[in-house]
Amino acid sequence: MSLIRHVTDPLIRGNPVTLQILGICSALAVTTSLSTAVTMSVALTGVLIASGAIISAIRRHVPTSIRLIVQITIIASLVIVIDEILQAYAFEMSKRLSIFVGLIVTNCLVLGRAEAFAMRNPVLPSMLDGLGNGLGYSLILVIVGSLRELLGAGSLMGRTILPTVADGGWFQPLGLMQLAPSAFFILGLLVWLARAIWPEQAEEPEFRIRTGRPDRD
Amino acid sequence: MIELFLKSVFEENLALSFFLGMCTFLAVSKRVETAAGLGLAVIVVQTITVPVNNLIFNGLLVEGAWSWIGLPDVDLTFLKLVSFIGVIAAMVQILEMVLDRYAPALYRALGIFLPLITVNCAILGGSLFMVERQYEMGEALTYGFGSGVGWALAIVTFAAIRERLKYSDMPKGVQGLASAFIVTGLLSLGFSAFAGVAP
Repeated sequence: MSLIRHVTDPLIRGNPVTLQILGICSALAVTTSLSTAVTMSVALTGVLIASGAIISAIRRHVPTSIRLIVQITIIASLVIVIDEILQAYAFEMSKRLSIFVGLIVTNCLVLGRAEAFAMRNPVLPSMLDGLGNGLGYSLILVIVGSLRELLGAGSLMGRTILPTVADGGWFQPLGLMQLAPSAFFILGLLVWLARAIWPEQAEEPEFRIRTGRPDRD
Repeated sequence: MIELFLKSVFEENLALSFFLGMCTFLAVSKRVETAAGLGLAVIVVQTITVPVNNLIFNGLLVEGAWSWIGLPDVDLTFLKLVSFIGVIAAMVQILEMVLDRYAPALYRALGIFLPLITVNCAILGGSLFMVERQYEMGEALTYGFGSGVGWALAIVTFAAIRERLKYSDMPKGVQGLASAFIVTGLLSLGFSAFAGVAP
């Protein structure tokens, strides 16, 4: 039972992206369409599971002083494998993801889980933790990716959902959704949503404005 | 050259249009002084690592680089990720030692930011873009410096906005992270207005 919690916990409530701000570097750049977002999610989840397993398996043999270098090297090797697989079997997709597959190496989420979880736990929980965090990250990517593609181009996975004006339909695409700023806005609203549902995640304001009236909350 | 510089500072700003280095961007932007320190460190490291990685990529990894010892078919480009990360980590380490010896004041000012930079995606991203766009040595130098300046400009502006923002009375859930994202979005809109600056 407790093993399953490693997978379900980081999915929504302890989501690595909205709660811990980990791994957003690459998360936003690949979300202009759903298909790139899904590919990126699969790649990252794969790297997370594999790196969790390998790092946790050798955790007793690595001296603490060089553990970061060892972790980065393992992650980089895994990313190279994923990159080569993508280039071999999905060349078009790997061109569209451009440098962002390579940037999984410096994704704080992977290194963060390796350091915080895999270094202290046995192999199976580490893999499950990787799976859970990967799925939590994927969830955010898929939400942002589908919103941006649906509102920006009227399609999902390249299939037309809302026929656009240019094709004789009724839907006027929002050009902003294809540009960088929209990803920030959507993610900001998602974080707000998460914090509205679980108020204990909200940050304390650093500064309180003293007004005449009593505090609202 | 000037075109490339302006383009890498504004239109193709690493932080605001490619989302690189976002983790540090959001974490180290509560005060303008610290943001400026980190920005300076990024400029220095980026200006050094992009040209050095350019040398390494063109001299050692690219297909045919080993033809002078009779190995024309060796193609080591798949090693670029590992070697770039290695170069960045080594450069940061060397820079730390040099600064500690010759410019202790600057070393203290940069402080903890130098090691943080090793895992900053903006640095690795800069080097990977350099390979993808096949920059020459001079272009690599310009691009490294320009993208560093762009990133520093973005984080200092963002920190300055955030310092004011903490006095505003926002709904509880928006406080902090959510507002930071929305402000970054607005900032990114503003920077994209500079798209026409580089002819």
